[in-house]
Amino acid sequence: MSEETATLTLTVNGEDITRTVRVRQNLVDFLREELGFTGSHVGCEHGICGACSVRMDGTVVRGCLTLAVQCEGAEIVTIEGLTDTGEIADLQDRFVERNAMQCGFCTPGMLMTAAELLAQKEEMDRAEIREFMSGNYCRCTGYHAIIDAIESVNNARLKG
Amino acid sequence: MSYIHPYDRPNSYIGRNLSRTRAKRAVAGRGRYTDDITPPRCLHAAFVRSPYAHAKITRIDTAAAKAAPGVRLVMTGAELAEMCTGPWVGTLTVFDNMKAEPQYPMAVDRACWHGEPVVMIVADTRAQAEDAGELIEIDYEELPVVIDKEKALAPGTPAIHPNLGDNKAWEKEAVSGDVEKAFAEADHVLEETFYFGRHTAVSLESRVLLAEYDPGTERLTIHTSSQCPHMIETVFARTLGIPEHNVRLVAPDVGGSFGLKIHTFGDEVATTAASMKLGRPVKFVADRLESFGSDIHARENRVRAKIGVMNDGRLTAVDFDVLGGAGAYSQYPRTSVFEANQIMNITFGPYKHEHFRSKATVVYLNAVPTSQYRAVGHPIGISVGEFMMDWAAEVTGVDPFDIRRMNVMEDDGYPRNIGTGIPMKDLSHQACLEKLRTLMDYEALRREQAELRKQGIYRGIGIAGFIKGTAPGPEGYYGAGGARIASQDATTVKLEPNGGVHVCLGVTDQGQGVDTVMEQIAATALGVPVDHVRAISGDTDAVPYGGGTYASRATAIGGEATYQAALDLRREILDMASKLLQCAPDALDIVNGNVVDAGSEQERISLAEIGRIGHFQLGELPRGYQPVLSHTRRFRLEGLPYIFTNGIHGAYVEVDVDTGWIKHLKHWIVEDCGRIINPQLADEQVRGGCVQGLGGALYEHCVYDENGQLQSGTMADYITPMAGEMPDIEVAHVETPTSESELGAKGAGESGTGAAPGVVMNAVNDAIRPVTKGRVTEQPMTPEVVLKALGKV
Repeated sequence: MSEETATLTLTVNGEDITRTVRVRQNLVDFLREELGFTGSHVGCEHGICGACSVRMDGTVVRGCLTLAVQCEGAEIVTIEGLTDTGEIADLQDRFVERNAMQCGFCTPGMLMTAAELLAQKEEMDRAEIREFMSGNYCRCTGYHAIIDAIESVNNARLKG
Repeated sequence: MSYIHPYDRPNSYIGRNLSRTRAKRAVAGRGRYTDDITPPRCLHAAFVRSPYAHAKITRIDTAAAKAAPGVRLVMTGAELAEMCTGPWVGTLTVFDNMKAEPQYPMAVDRACWHGEPVVMIVADTRAQAEDAGELIEIDYEELPVVIDKEKALAPGTPAIHPNLGDNKAWEKEAVSGDVEKAFAEADHVLEETFYFGRHTAVSLESRVLLAEYDPGTERLTIHTSSQCPHMIETVFARTLGIPEHNVRLVAPDVGGSFGLKIHTFGDEVATTAASMKLGRPVKFVADRLESFGSDIHARENRVRAKIGVMNDGRLTAVDFDVLGGAGAYSQYPRTSVFEANQIMNITFGPYKHEHFRSKATVVYLNAVPTSQYRAVGHPIGISVGEFMMDWAAEVTGVDPFDIRRMNVMEDDGYPRNIGTGIPMKDLSHQACLEKLRTLMDYEALRREQAELRKQGIYRGIGIAGFIKGTAPGPEGYYGAGGARIASQDATTVKLEPNGGVHVCLGVTDQGQGVDTVMEQIAATALGVPVDHVRAISGDTDAVPYGGGTYASRATAIGGEATYQAALDLRREILDMASKLLQCAPDALDIVNGNVVDAGSEQERISLAEIGRIGHFQLGELPRGYQPVLSHTRRFRLEGLPYIFTNGIHGAYVEVDVDTGWIKHLKHWIVEDCGRIINPQLADEQVRGGCVQGLGGALYEHCVYDENGQLQSGTMADYITPMAGEMPDIEVAHVETPTSESELGAKGAGESGTGAAPGVVMNAVNDAIRPVTKGRVTEQPMTPEVVLKALGKV
C-alpha cells in the first residue's frame, strides 16, 4: 500500500509553493499539516460546517471537499493571508467589538464567507445575510452577533 | 473616609463591555487548538469501533494491521485493560441504589453500543492508522439489543448487563403534600405525555487529545480540548496508575464544549496509554462520524405529567413521572442519571404548588452513554411545566401571562424550597415576567396574531418561565457523591515586578469570555487598568486546583475567588506602601495602577515601583517584613447545592399548517444572573445557549433503528441550526445579586438553553390552536410531528 503522490505547484497567500503531496490528501489537511496554516479548521470533513472554507482562485471552497492535487496552479488564500492583506480588517475589528465569536473555531471560515458577501457590494437585509451565511455552522453564538457585525460593516462600506 | 464599593468607583470594570483578547487572536486565524499542536515524532491514533449495538467479541486478528505501513502499535481493549488500574464504575453515592456495570476504556470481550471503541491503531499518519484498521479481523456474535426505553424493563427483555439483574440504572421518588387529595379537589385535572429525542453537543472542534509521556522523567503532558483540566488529570492519572502530580494537563483554545468536554472518554485514555507504552507523542482527533457515535448523548426522556388547577387558574398539585434512556454504561465519573434527577428538581420550579410528586427511572440501552450536556434536564422539565401552564390557561380562560403572574413565587417570598426540597434564594420571577411583557409588546403581538389569522396565517406566541440550577456546591452531587470533581474553585492573583498582574484561574475559558471577566473583576478589586492584568487558565502546572468550567459556575464560583484574592493583594500592597510611605494603610487607596492618598487621590507610589521594591529592592523595607505579593483564595458555595437563577422567554412563530413547517420569527429573553460583569458577554452566552436549545427543539435528533444502529452519523443527517433558520434574539436582564457571595454573580451560560424548547413548543401550539385540538408534545418538532398534531398524517 505505497501511497500515490504527485507534485503540486500553487500559490498560497501570495507565496509560490511546490510540494509532493499524497493524492488522497484534501486541501485543508495540506494547508494545515504540510504548510502550517492552522487557521483553517476541520469540523465535519463532509462539506456541511464550513470551518475549512478557503478562497481558491477568488471563490470560497470547502477545503475538505477539495483535493490538494486539484489546486495545481491555483491561488489559495487562507485566513492568514486575508488578515495580512488587510482586506477585511474592518470586519475583523467589528467581530471583536461585537463579540461575534466565542470559541473562535468557526471564525476563519465565517470571515472567509463574509468577505465574499462584502465583496458583492450589495445592500442586504438581515434575512439575506442570514441566508448567505447559512453554509457556516457556529455552535456558540446563535448567529445574532455575527449577523450584526456583517450587517454593520456591509452598510458602512456601502456608505463609505 | 467613607467606604466606596469597588463597583462604584469611577474606574470600575464591573458592568462594562470589554473585548476579549482571545477574540482578537481568533479573527486572525491565530487560535491555538489542540490539533494545531504537533510535536516532533508525533504519532496518530485511529479506532476500529463496533459495527453492532451489542455483540460478543469472539476473535480479533491484528497481524495484518501490525505489518501495515507506518503502524507502530495495535492495541485491543483487553490489552488496554491490563494497563488500567481497574474499570470505571459510573455511580455516585448520592444516587441511592444506583446500579452501574464496570467499564473499561475499550470493549474487552463484548461491545455494548454501535461505535464503542474495540481496537486502537497508532501509526505515523492518521490515514495509515485508518488503512491498517481495515486489515483488522474481528469476529462478533450478535447479542439481543435493547434500544427502546419503554420496553427496557418489560418482562422478557434481557438485561444488557446480566450482573445488574435488569436494565434499571436508578429510580427515585419525591413527594410533598397529598397530590391525590389535591387532584380530587381540583376543578381541572390535566394529563399529558411528552417525548424528547436524543441530542448531542456537536462542538465544531471535535474531541482531541495529544498525550506526551516522557519515560525519563515519568511525566505525562496532555493537551486536550477540555473544560475541566484538573478533573481529567485526576481521572487519567488514577486510571493509568501514574501519580497525579506527575501529570500536566493543558487545555489550549477549546473549539466549543457545552458539557461534552467535562467528560472522560475511553478512546482518549487509550491514546494516552499508547503514548506511555511507546514513549512518543500520540494524538487522537475524533472525526465527525465517530463523534456522533462516541461523544456523550443527552436528553432522551419520556415524561408523563398531571396537574390540578382551580377555575381561577391557581395551580394546586403537580405530579410527573420521568423515564430516561441512558446508554450502555453510566458515564464515569459524573453518571448518566443527572438529567432525570434535574428534571425532577426544576419542573414547575417557578410556581407555587402545595402538593408535589415526581418520580424518575433511568434505564440502560445499547446506545451511546448519555450524560451532562448544556442545561442538563432543564429543556425537558421546562417544556413539560410550561406546556401544562399554557393548558391550564386555556381550560380556565386565563391569559398565559396572567396565569403565570398568579402562580409564580413572589420576589419577596424567599427562601423557598423547590418540590424536591432544595432551597432557592434571590429570585425575581415577577420582575422578569413584567419586563418580558413590555419587551415583547405582548398586546401588540396578540393583535397582530388575530389580524393575520383572518388571512389564514397562523402565528403563535409562547412564553416560558424557568429556574436554572447553577454553580453547584460541595453539598450537591459531586463532592457529597464521592467523585473527585472539585466544586470549590481557586484563583491566585500575583503582582509582577513591572506592576502587571497575573490572575491564575482554576476555572477555564472555552470562548465564554471567562478570562476577560476575571481580568475585569481583578482590575476592579485592585484598582488597576485592566490592560495591566492578564488571566492564565487551562494549565494544571500553572493554576491552583479547581473544577474548571461546568454547570454555569465560572463567574459565580471562580469570580468570587478572583475577587477575594485580588482584595487580599490590594490589602498587602497598601500595607507595603504604608511602610514605605510611613503612613496608615487606610490613608491610602489604589487608583488607576497607583497608590494614592485616599482623600485627594494624589499619587504617592506606582504599582510598578511596589513591584520593583517587592521583588528586587527589599532592603528598602523594614527588617522582618517579607512581602508575598501573591494571594490565593478559594470559594465554595455553602448550605446550598446550587445558586438557582431564573428568567423567562418569549417566542413568536409562524406555522405553515399545510406543511408543518415552523418559522421562528422572534425570540425574547429576560433572565437574572445576578451581578453582570460584562453585559455583552452575558447577552451572548444567553443568545448562543438559546439557539442551542432551539436546535434540540426543532431539528436535532440522534436516531437509532430497532437494531441499535445509529442512523444520524453525519451533519447531513443530524441537523443543527444554521443562520438562515434562526431568529434575532432580544435579551434583557433583571439583576438580583446572589446573597451567597460578595461579588453577587450567578451563572448565565445555560439560561438561554433551558427554556428555548419549551417556549417554542408553546408558541407552535398557540399557532395551531384555532385549527386543531391536537398538540405538539414531542421534540424535535419536525414538520411530521406538527402535521400529526394537526391531524394531517
